[in-house]
Amino acid sequence: MVLSKTASDSDVSFHSTFASRYVRAPLPRFKMPEISIPKEAAYQIINDELMLDGNPRLNLASFVTTWMEPECDKLIMAAVNKNYVDMDEYPVTTELQNRCVNIIAHLFNAPLGDSETAIGVGTVGSSEAIMLAGLAFKRKWQNKRKAEGKPYDKPNIVTGANVQVCWEKFARYFEVELKEVKLRDGYYVMDPAKAVEMVDENTICVAAILGSTLNGEFEDVKLLNDLLIEKNKKTGWDTPIHVDAASGGFIAPFIYPELEWDFRLPLVKSINVSGHKYGLVYAGIGWVIWRSKEDLPEELIFHINYLGADQPTFTLNFSKGSSQVIAQYYQLIRLGYEGYRNIMENCRDNMLVLKQGLEKTGRFNIVSKDNGVPLVAFSLKDNSCHNEFEISEMLRRFGWIVPAYTMPPDAEHVTVLRVVIREDFSRTLAERLVLDIEKVLHELDTLPSKVSAKISVVEEKEKNGTTLVTKKSALETQREITTVWRKFVLERKKMNGVC
Amino acid sequence: MALSETTLDTDLSVHSTFASRYVRTSLPRFKIPDNSIPKEAAFQIINDELMLDGNPRLNLASFVTTWMEPECDKLIMASINKNYVDMDEYPVTTELQNRCVNMIAHLFNAPLGESEAAVGVGTVGSSEAIMLAGLAFKRKWQNRRKAEGKPYDKPNIVTGANVQVCWEKFARYFEVELKEVKLREDYYVMDPEKAVEMVDENTICVAAILGSTLNGEFEDVKRLNDLLAEKNKETGWDTPIHVDAASGGFIAPFLHPELEWDFRLPWVKSINVSGHKYGLVYAGIGWVIWRSKEDLPEELIFHINYLGADQPTFTLNFSKGSSQVIAQYYQLIRMGFQGYKNVMENCRDNMIVLKDSLEQTGRFNIVSKDVGVPLVAFSLKDSSQHNEFELSDMLRRYGWIVPAYTMPPDAQHVTVLRVVIREDFSRTLAERLVNDIQKVLQELDALPSKPKVSICGDDNKVVVKKTALETQREVTTVWRKFVMERKKMNGVC
Repeated sequence: MVLSKTASDSDVSFHSTFASRYVRAPLPRFKMPEISIPKEAAYQIINDELMLDGNPRLNLASFVTTWMEPECDKLIMAAVNKNYVDMDEYPVTTELQNRCVNIIAHLFNAPLGDSETAIGVGTVGSSEAIMLAGLAFKRKWQNKRKAEGKPYDKPNIVTGANVQVCWEKFARYFEVELKEVKLRDGYYVMDPAKAVEMVDENTICVAAILGSTLNGEFEDVKLLNDLLIEKNKKTGWDTPIHVDAASGGFIAPFIYPELEWDFRLPLVKSINVSGHKYGLVYAGIGWVIWRSKEDLPEELIFHINYLGADQPTFTLNFSKGSSQVIAQYYQLIRLGYEGYRNIMENCRDNMLVLKQGLEKTGRFNIVSKDNGVPLVAFSLKDNSCHNEFEISEMLRRFGWIVPAYTMPPDAEHVTVLRVVIREDFSRTLAERLVLDIEKVLHELDTLPSKVSAKISVVEEKEKNGTTLVTKKSALETQREITTVWRKFVLERKKMNGVC
Repeated sequence: MALSETTLDTDLSVHSTFASRYVRTSLPRFKIPDNSIPKEAAFQIINDELMLDGNPRLNLASFVTTWMEPECDKLIMASINKNYVDMDEYPVTTELQNRCVNMIAHLFNAPLGESEAAVGVGTVGSSEAIMLAGLAFKRKWQNRRKAEGKPYDKPNIVTGANVQVCWEKFARYFEVELKEVKLREDYYVMDPEKAVEMVDENTICVAAILGSTLNGEFEDVKRLNDLLAEKNKETGWDTPIHVDAASGGFIAPFLHPELEWDFRLPWVKSINVSGHKYGLVYAGIGWVIWRSKEDLPEELIFHINYLGADQPTFTLNFSKGSSQVIAQYYQLIRMGFQGYKNVMENCRDNMIVLKDSLEQTGRFNIVSKDVGVPLVAFSLKDSSQHNEFELSDMLRRYGWIVPAYTMPPDAQHVTVLRVVIREDFSRTLAERLVNDIQKVLQELDALPSKPKVSICGDDNKVVVKKTALETQREVTTVWRKFVMERKKMNGVC
């Protein structure tokens, strides 16, 4: 009989997490650790590291949804272990996706009969959606050229220089040339007339954006459609339009229903929208809708015998979670048309409050329009002493993440700060942000500018050519001044009594 | 002064969900509803519909993880509102992804220095990972051909016919020809010799699978490497290998560390693995690792000024959730090498229990091997009366989802049933499954096989003959009653 050994160390699970040895050792970074650690320790350590990430809700840079109702969170957690692609095993989840596609297609006025199912699919985001739409256009154009006996090796796509990076990815990965219509000062979207000029026989489609990333503006899709119809009549090329409505697709139908940008325009053949932007779902869901079956070449659709049943699939990704699809359906039926409209109106009103607050400071030019995605893009009237990047950095100290970036060619000299108004950005937060921006402006005004400090030091050195005077470097001087003023400002802050 | 109106209807939020009018109307299917509904009603209605989905944990068809520890669920929920791509805003999450890439690269014996960062990226799954790897090969090959002044418009890729569908997608979407090595009976993976034969100057790479979807077998990557090294010496084409280790990548290092399949073989230039299979994370995460910087053409990497900071990106997807990346890191440090090894050994042991019990019934041929992904693929010895599809259908009644499918060419006459052993498939469930399979076999034995078309003998009389379907229905109903009575006597707990 083998005697059992008594363990002399007390069971490690007795120790509280922060009393255990697991918080004494640094987390591995290059190689997998040899031994396991208790789950509580693993959870705590990772949770603590993640505390140093930015707060998603204060991330004013992003369009992507950062808050959903707790009921929806429950549905999301319950579905987190469902692999979306197992259509045969999860027929209801598949059905919910189809319903979302139908609902969104009708929202975009797709020419469908009463019980006719729409052509579309759920994707992981607008990037995948755009790649699928682009693939469909490319294949359609290739087939047409083959039938005409013409060369089909140099496809191109016409867009504005303000396109989001996923169009450039599509162009580079799928070997399509990207012909960009350059911007100019004061006009930061694609000019329809210039775009139509650039269309040639190798153009697979013209891509218009409803809600430019840079300043939220809606491009004039109707004008593009009308001009392109004229050109198509002359050339017979039948060049179609794709609308990248990643942001605008869930805004325009609710607060600008009379704006014609969707399938009401005959040349628009496909539209993509991000469910995770103003579709009000967490990151990880997008939608692409085609006008009709003819616009999606059958040869791109795979019918596979996966896990025993026939499944038609036209996506780049295969296995993925089901949570976001269910969450999208939840939002569509929970909010309904009236709910979405209320939210978009709130966003627009809060955007106006923020815009007016900024205009009142008298220091900013507002670059964004009132009509469009509810965001405020603004630049300094005078950025000779301090620029927008410094404002962005100082705002981080207050917790706000407000990015600054330069415009694409040919407007690279313009730098803007951008605040996106999401559903969870309330009036109170808007007013607080304006206050904090004013504080930052005060601080910056008292600081010397980085440029002028350098010049003064050089002059000094030239004067004292012979004597050895240890002069403080520009950096040291600046640091010294900053420290003095920071003390001064902090004392002033205490007197203001921020609640 | 305006008088306030008194409302006559009680406030709708007072009604319990199932007493409210929202459960009286059917959910919209084509158009967005005009009005909002309360969130409790929305939750309940959707939740109830989803009850009719299959139970993910009883889905024995899938390799994808269906259970994680509650602590990890907490981390997942906490990060669900983080958009992974905002690298500047969430530097820790980005750092966690990089650590995962390093750890997995070392697991695959990538030739890295002590603190050298590995070249790789997290993806939404192996599909995206394979497309990225394929793109890198295609671009490298094109650049080389251009430099040599040769045509580069007909790239192809050599794989076995047992490849998962994402390779066919890659081929079709990225305009690469797919040259498949056909299977044959009893040999359901890619034959290395035949594969190397098919390699020509337009081949951008040869793709080997570690863990075939069909029967879980590991392909002989070492043999492929050796044969290809010889051919490359003769031809000078330098054709590389990609290993699709979607399933096997998190099994082989723990159960078969001596098996050489990864970067230890010099011609293996990139590997993909699914974090959401035996990486033990929920659906939505994959990894692709390149051997070195040279294997990933710089021109494919985008440096973008998104939201104000420079971010290098080489993925197809852009915005996506951060939860799965954090969950993968949790698993890597929570389990460590020893933990993964224990889990994989458990899976293998349960697989052997299932396999032995099925063999004991005497009715099945086991098509899967012992070495490979822990799954059991089996077909009926005698499928003349009833076939595997009927078995699969009947098992559904017990709650089990066990798919049946035919092999790809040239073995289409073989049908198999497949049970995948995941981490959460315990010994108890394995024994219960065998029990239920035996019950189903008994039921099927008692049923007649599907009737052939009946020939009417008497031409003169008009006899209303029951159709084959009606007859079958009648018979099935009788037997089902009989079986249900027998079931009650068995006292299932």
